[in-house]
Amino acid sequence: MTNPLRDEMARQTSRRWFLRQCGVGMGSLALASLLNSEVQAVEENPLAPRQPPLAPKAKRVIYMFHAGAPSQLDLFDFKPELAKWSGKKPPAELLEGYRAAFIKPDSALLGPKFKFARHGQLGVELSELVPYLAGVADDVCFVRSMKTDAVNHAPAQILMNTGSQILGRPSFGAWTLYGLGSESNNLPGYVVLSSGGGTSGGASNWGCGFLPTRYAGVPFRSSGDPILYLSNPRGIDEVAQRESLDALRELNEQELAQFGDPEIQARINAYELAYRMQTSGPELMDLSQETSTTLEMYGLDAKNPKPSYAKNCLLARRLIERGVRFVQLFHEAWDHHGNLTAGLKGRCRDTDQASAALVRDLKQRGLLEDTIVIWGGEFGRTPMVQGGSGDGRDHHNRSFTMWMAGGGLKSGHVHGETDEFGFNIARDPVHVHDLHATLLHLLGFDHTQLTFRSQGRDFRLTDIHGHLVKGILA
Amino acid sequence: MALLLATLVSATALSASAAADEIDFGRDIQPILAEKCALCHGPDEAGREADLRIDVRDSAVAAAAIVPGDPDSSELMVRILSEDPDEVMPPPDQQKPITAAERELLRRWIEEGAPYEQHWAFVAPRRAEMPEDAHPVDAFVRARLDEENLKPAAQADRATLLRRLSLDLTGLPPTLEELDAFLADESPDAYEKQVERLLASPHYGERWARWWMDAARYADSDGYEKDLPRQQWAWRDWVVGALNRDLPYDQFIIQQIAGDQLPDAGQDERIATGFLRNSMVNEEGAIIPEEFRIEGIIDRIDCIGKAVLGMSLACGQCHDHKYDPLSQREYYQLFAYLNNDYESIERVYSPAHRQRMTKIDEQIVKHVKEIKKAVPDWEAKLQTWATAEREKQTADTWTPLHPSSAEVPDGICHPEILDDGTVLNLGFRPTSTRLTVIVDTQETEVTALRLDALTHGDLIFGGPGRNFRGTFAISEIKVDAAPLSDAENFSYVKVAEATANANKSVGLIDPFFRRNKDDRRLTGGANFLVDDDLNTAWCPDRGPRWRNEDCHAVLRFEKPLRNEGGTRFRIAMGFRHGGGDAHGRRNNFIGRFRVSVTDRPEPRAAQLPSEVGRALAKPTEELTAEDRQNLIIAWARSEEDTKMLAGKIDEQWSAWPEGDSVLNLATREAKFQRRTYILDRGNWQSPTTQVEPGTPAAFHALPDDAPATRLTLARWLVDRQSPTTARVIVNRVWQTYFGLGLVTTPEDFGTRAERPTHPQLLDTLAVELMEPTVPTAAAEPPQPWSLKHLHRLIVTSATYRQSSQVSAELLERDPNNKLLARGPRFRPHAETVRDIALTASGLLNREMGGPSVFPPVPEGLFALSFVHVDFWNTATGPDRYRRSIYVFRRRSIPDPVLANFDAPTGDQSCVRRVRSNTPLAALTSLNATIFSEAAQALALRVLREGGSTDAERIRYAFRLCTSRPPRETEVATLKRLLDRSRKRLLAGELDAAQIAFNEFTKPGDLPPTATPNDAAAWTIVARVLLNLDATLTKR
Repeated sequence: MTNPLRDEMARQTSRRWFLRQCGVGMGSLALASLLNSEVQAVEENPLAPRQPPLAPKAKRVIYMFHAGAPSQLDLFDFKPELAKWSGKKPPAELLEGYRAAFIKPDSALLGPKFKFARHGQLGVELSELVPYLAGVADDVCFVRSMKTDAVNHAPAQILMNTGSQILGRPSFGAWTLYGLGSESNNLPGYVVLSSGGGTSGGASNWGCGFLPTRYAGVPFRSSGDPILYLSNPRGIDEVAQRESLDALRELNEQELAQFGDPEIQARINAYELAYRMQTSGPELMDLSQETSTTLEMYGLDAKNPKPSYAKNCLLARRLIERGVRFVQLFHEAWDHHGNLTAGLKGRCRDTDQASAALVRDLKQRGLLEDTIVIWGGEFGRTPMVQGGSGDGRDHHNRSFTMWMAGGGLKSGHVHGETDEFGFNIARDPVHVHDLHATLLHLLGFDHTQLTFRSQGRDFRLTDIHGHLVKGILA
Repeated sequence: MALLLATLVSATALSASAAADEIDFGRDIQPILAEKCALCHGPDEAGREADLRIDVRDSAVAAAAIVPGDPDSSELMVRILSEDPDEVMPPPDQQKPITAAERELLRRWIEEGAPYEQHWAFVAPRRAEMPEDAHPVDAFVRARLDEENLKPAAQADRATLLRRLSLDLTGLPPTLEELDAFLADESPDAYEKQVERLLASPHYGERWARWWMDAARYADSDGYEKDLPRQQWAWRDWVVGALNRDLPYDQFIIQQIAGDQLPDAGQDERIATGFLRNSMVNEEGAIIPEEFRIEGIIDRIDCIGKAVLGMSLACGQCHDHKYDPLSQREYYQLFAYLNNDYESIERVYSPAHRQRMTKIDEQIVKHVKEIKKAVPDWEAKLQTWATAEREKQTADTWTPLHPSSAEVPDGICHPEILDDGTVLNLGFRPTSTRLTVIVDTQETEVTALRLDALTHGDLIFGGPGRNFRGTFAISEIKVDAAPLSDAENFSYVKVAEATANANKSVGLIDPFFRRNKDDRRLTGGANFLVDDDLNTAWCPDRGPRWRNEDCHAVLRFEKPLRNEGGTRFRIAMGFRHGGGDAHGRRNNFIGRFRVSVTDRPEPRAAQLPSEVGRALAKPTEELTAEDRQNLIIAWARSEEDTKMLAGKIDEQWSAWPEGDSVLNLATREAKFQRRTYILDRGNWQSPTTQVEPGTPAAFHALPDDAPATRLTLARWLVDRQSPTTARVIVNRVWQTYFGLGLVTTPEDFGTRAERPTHPQLLDTLAVELMEPTVPTAAAEPPQPWSLKHLHRLIVTSATYRQSSQVSAELLERDPNNKLLARGPRFRPHAETVRDIALTASGLLNREMGGPSVFPPVPEGLFALSFVHVDFWNTATGPDRYRRSIYVFRRRSIPDPVLANFDAPTGDQSCVRRVRSNTPLAALTSLNATIFSEAAQALALRVLREGGSTDAERIRYAFRLCTSRPPRETEVATLKRLLDRSRKRLLAGELDAAQIAFNEFTKPGDLPPTATPNDAAAWTIVARVLLNLDATLTKR
């Protein structure tokens, strides 16, 4: 069985082994062979891919994080009863011990703002705002009984991403990379793409906490350099760069011969990987090899695919095709305390087509079966109205919806149910910790065993919680 | 698999000698119990199974889990040997099986009588015996090397040594002059002289302040969603100063935890408590401030645990600690020490400010004298005036009302109604809102309302407002009233006149709040409250000297309001004088207030400001000098003959410096004292049992008569009897020099931590820190708790001075250099990496202290920021090249140059940085603006001062970067790159101007003999030099 702690030790030794067995001559190998992944396997690489202890159902993850909290009641969780009660105060027994973030708990109820219809073979009810999602409903697993502990954005985003409201814990993506390594030789193993505004949780949403830095998400930018500092300084062309790095490598090899410190070898390797990123980064961003059919499926202008959520969805596919383990999209745009109707329309116009296209595209390419696709925010929104205009909803952590698709998950399935107002969960609650436990299971880990010791304690993504949600497993 | 085995063998090799000789409880047994048994049979009462506790001998023996001398009868052995899955311990589902070797150890230990001993870290350190005249570091390190049959390495060469020493003591590489001086110094104490020189350098304080700032989770922004900038650099500068003057470590801690409570605490001691305020502050919309206040205290305890005590305390927040002796109750007893403070933001005055203030005070004294001179019978007149004013004040009676609700639309923030009936606004700071208060009065007749804006210790500068100066502006107040008998039936109450005892003179709104250049909004007197114009506001700001005082406005009704049985008022305050941001930075909101009513006829606001009113209300014998002065000045304002002079005083006051600011702590006033409760599962909404302040029993005791104050906690932390405090700081200093601590988990000395590699060395250094006896080369005998003494001891050891070259055998044997058979070699912290580049290139600006500076960041970086970043004024002048300690630290989106080299964010205390070696770091030092500017500057510097031939210049540049001369092969490699680049430049394949110059430099900066092509070719070479492992590494 794989024990990541032991692997960390093994990785340190493998470096020494390499030095002994192969001499110090990494630099003497031509660049061409560096790009050969067989040689790569010999190279000391702390991110080398690893088999998880259990049989995995999925190998990689694309997580579309819709920050700000989309309204499940207007998109995914149809409540006809709520429509009937719209404008009336909720029954008192519903509100016992309840605290909302902004509104008074006894604010009037607000019916769904949009029409719902049944889709797919199972007849999943979905809002008119997500027609493209409706088109792939049979490939998707909806969880309508999500719940979380936090009711403010930053803590809730941190909880959803790291399993704790306390800052400083590794994100789900970091744990995944720690457990599985990466299959990419020339891109980071965990890539973050953003559209919309910045997120409340900030960099902690994709941080590595107490895990080594190499496991942190690396934000890619959708314009300019995809990776910070990827471009050479002004005037340094490709040849000058290669010549500079050759000189640097020669000098560092002399240093290595003198001092024998394996860190020098690691540094030589890091510079070579940096160089490869300088090629692979722009190649990744270059969508000219994509067909216009593909671009249009994502809703991108085939002539000029501008930076957008849609472009990020397509980039996500391109990233996992290139061996990246974990891609996380952040789209901060859903905090509809007011102006809900127009806001939701706009946000869905920006995201629905591309989100669904990603599922479809992955399926067409045979990637969906071993990729987990996740779509969701940090919490949900209240059945009660917020604001005098009657067109807003407050934060709601007692129930919300997320959807997932792909490796090891049921498809065309709805898990869990909320009460008639969409206020509490009526059946099969799924806490954030349960979701994490289940996702790790799909990736081949018992969530109680994937641990890292810090401050004398063995930490895990699910802290001391989490139960496998068997109901969503295929 | 073979590979894995090899690892395990080598990993245990260091402690393998254990098997042969007798059992050592702490080394052999305790780790097994902590790791495999303590979860269910340890200190945590709630989690304990079968009522069995195995970490305490008496309990284990009483339960017959252990029968000393008889392993076969010991239930512990029976259970761990059992093959029945229901019987065997630990239960199989825990997946922590006990190995055969461990079983054998346990068996032998029980046979030997199962002796327990206290965990080493909870026993106060004692000096270990060592040969006389030996250097304590070398004595213990050598003894261990002898045991392992290893030999220490030879001393590193001088150049390497001075570079290592300079980087360690000051964070900067040596200059070539310093290097040459040391290389030429043939005196026997040449090295010691360098140690003294560097310890005396002001850069020593900067380097080690940054080290402390990690533990203290320093940042220049608040964290969480808003992550707005804060002013905390005054605390940072305090740390630099304290370390430079070698403030003893015990005082260093006491001042940071309770400096404000020391007798005669001054500004410096109050700034020091900024240590605890480095916690994040959440001002997200709609939060309940109490939730995040508690988060802040939890963070403070975590920080003290990691930085000072070396114990992970966080477990105690939810339950008794699973492995270490800390109960949940004890956790909240520590909490109680920190639970009665104001989260203060205090004005800080620099020496220049204070000079100006002294001058102003002198001028005012002079003017007061002139006033007295101008009115010879001033004393009698003042008396008469004061008596009259006092009578007016006594007659001016108001009935304070206790609000039943205080709300803003959409609950964007939650005003808190305090027990005294005042309303306090914390949390989110709205820039545009309406605050509605409901108050009831039983009085039949009401002629006016009075709004008191009140100071409070949790407000910026004490308030009474929440804007960046602690003041506020109210655009409009609308009053509705309903008879209590028909309390929903509100009708509008017309206000005839609004007056206030503090008014800003009428003018355009302060530029900080302007939404655009055409913003015509006005601020001024209280009449603006009721002029039906949202573009005008009452602003009570009386300027820098007096703005942070209470003040009030009176709203006189057009006609008295009469309701038999009383009236309900609905008072709506409009706040439309904030800036254009939605995140609170440019708010103009009120902080704390009270509403009162009166039935007296013709009520108006007091004529006198609050500080004068306060003085009037005091008995004469209690008047302070300031009170007396305020009275005279107030009276002088009312006298025709002295009006002018009083006006001059007001002019002086308006020139009072604004000052800087710092987040710190201040003791809560008695009326706002809090009780502390155990929080069930750490949930702030679930208080259970009340607790009093106290310290954990596993540590040293408190003095019997110690008052329950923060100062007591602070003194307890650094008590000579503390088992961990001195060890923890010694260990962290050690870790900084050698890469690994003597205890490899500096944050945790608990029972699950790895045992020290050199326990006697750790203990001896800890005692030596507290009670120095070892003579050194220092001019003065060392004082207790002197950190400089500790540094001196370490860097003068032969152990520290060893060469860091390593053979393959030694690397295999001791990959992490735990045995110290060689010198340290690793990449220094992010800040040092940047500072090395700035120093080598000659760009470094050595100016010390002051506000943090904004480094250049990649375009679009802040697209990921939740809040629009309008405060990042990228430094373009000399500030751009200040030392990295002065680079602005934004928590949510840190400067990637530092982050990519593992600088912590400051979200929580960090006592052990990770040290990565990634392609992102490589891209940073190759391409980030600051590094490419350094390469360009280094090129110019080399052309200017590096000699006349390529070879000379290469040697010169190489030494600037690495402090050592290059080998001939290295010169050859660099020369090839130089020649090749020149050739390409000449051929027009590269553009010299693009490569060599940036927005701050131009061909005119070239030395007369050099061409742009030279500068470009050298820039290419310099970029390589700055990225050498030898440049990026302390070795």
